[in-house]
Amino acid sequence: MLHEADLSALWITLQLASLTTVILLLVGTPLAWWLARTRWRGKPLVEAVVALPLVLPPTVLGFYLLIALGPYGPVGGLSMALGGKPLAFTFTGLVIGSVLYSLPFVVQPLQDAFTAISKQFLEAAATLRASPLDTFFSVIIPLARPGFLTATVLGFAHTVGEFGVVLMIGGNIPGRTQVLSIAIYDHVENLEYVQAHWLAGGLLLLSFLMLVAVYTFNRRFMVVNL
Amino acid sequence: MSIEVNFQLKRRNFSLEVQTAFPESGITALFGPSGGGKTTLLRCIAGLEPSVRGHLRVGDTVWQDERVFVPPHKRPIGYVFQGAALFPHLSVRGNLDFALKRASTRRISFDEAVAFTGIGHLLERRTTNLSGGERQRVALARALLSSPKFLLMDEPLAALDRESKAQLMPYIEQLHETLSIPVLYVSHSIEEVAHLADRMVLLFNGRVQGSGLISEMLTSLSLPLARSDNAVSVIEATVVEHDDNYHLTCLRFDGGEILLPREDLSIGKSVRVGVHARDVSLVWQPSEHTSILNVIPVVVKEVSVLNSAQVLVRLRAANTLLLARITQKSAAALDVVPGREMYAQVKSVSLID
Repeated sequence: MLHEADLSALWITLQLASLTTVILLLVGTPLAWWLARTRWRGKPLVEAVVALPLVLPPTVLGFYLLIALGPYGPVGGLSMALGGKPLAFTFTGLVIGSVLYSLPFVVQPLQDAFTAISKQFLEAAATLRASPLDTFFSVIIPLARPGFLTATVLGFAHTVGEFGVVLMIGGNIPGRTQVLSIAIYDHVENLEYVQAHWLAGGLLLLSFLMLVAVYTFNRRFMVVNL
Repeated sequence: MSIEVNFQLKRRNFSLEVQTAFPESGITALFGPSGGGKTTLLRCIAGLEPSVRGHLRVGDTVWQDERVFVPPHKRPIGYVFQGAALFPHLSVRGNLDFALKRASTRRISFDEAVAFTGIGHLLERRTTNLSGGERQRVALARALLSSPKFLLMDEPLAALDRESKAQLMPYIEQLHETLSIPVLYVSHSIEEVAHLADRMVLLFNGRVQGSGLISEMLTSLSLPLARSDNAVSVIEATVVEHDDNYHLTCLRFDGGEILLPREDLSIGKSVRVGVHARDVSLVWQPSEHTSILNVIPVVVKEVSVLNSAQVLVRLRAANTLLLARITQKSAAALDVVPGREMYAQVKSVSLID
């Protein structure tokens, strides 16, 4: 069964994925809305930056983050200047890395969902005295619900599954920054196949169930609304 | 109270330059061919075209000028979109509640709006499995529940089949009769306009070609409506009696009486009948020896050459305006000139519905 180190890796992973997903939804929603509606000519640049983690080797992102979050990097330096510690090899550092790494998995489904919302619903809401903010919460978010579900699950699952970035900036410190994917790697390195099986099988099942949930709920939603 | 607009809007293939005014009562139709700017003008009034420049004044409130642009959600209008634009994530009741919750005043109750549009049996339904006519009725009820000062309707009947159209028409007709809500109504169907509207603004290529009372506009010899093959004038009449022997219905209007094949109408009801210009001929004296039943005393107001063979004559019977299309030869033989008193023989009239 699971050892104590494995349990703490599981706990850290869940904390990391949850926190990352919440931050991504908060940051990603306005960003995705802006991308879906803007006519600014520089939009492709922003879209490319958001999509970069999709194509970049995780070690590249991890390497730059390591430098940025370290004591001599801009972010780590700022943290120290404010009386804190450098962020490399900390849980905070992991969160920052995960947010950047999983950004496209949250922003893209949201952007697609927002783009698909017909302008006439926003105009109808306006002619019914709904302010833009009111419209956002009472019309746009409900209509984009499938997109939010997809974004949440993909953001969460992708953060659970990341390896390269957390290895580079997390330092694999058991009980502090060691997450499941790295724990599996360690077990395999040490030929502890039984424990590797438990963790790997668990992750496989979890990922599968989350995707089944997304497809089930989104289908039900579509059938009702189209 | 009136709505005064002065708008300029430039797009790549289209420009709108409109200066006109609508009274804040009755039904005013924005009429014209597709691409003429009717919908755009309606959207400008609703505040849905932020790039439009100019002025908009409603009563004594400025909604737009050089410094002011009242955002759409602060304009007390109701808007019925061509496709209804019902929110798909809400039920029919949810859509109505959406409007009711945000209305700043309460001119009509939930139950009144539901009863008026006859949608009581649809309240718990999803908006996605309603028929076209049902969708438009829900959209109308929703717009009414926002307690608008006036209603903007963008071709609410255009997407409907004949039957649904006939079903929805009476609701729109009653808007200003029972609820006294003025309506600005976009349409490209002259039948709809002749049926519903009191006034008309004729839009062509983003410009106003003319505006005024529907009877004036339909019979204005300088406008394309009167010069078209299907030129029609409208008579507002009241049902006075039915003749069961000959199966006729008798209508009275301020210039006389009209008989038409028996219609199932209650005595006293107001109706509109259409008279095509091609069905009207002119005589000096009414003849006893004719099969034509409807002979109306008229005064010639205006004569205009239509083509090398025909002229168009605008006639007045009391306050009712009629059109006659006759040959140049007859016009010369009968000396049809403005001011002459004659009789119009109307070969056929039809109820507009």
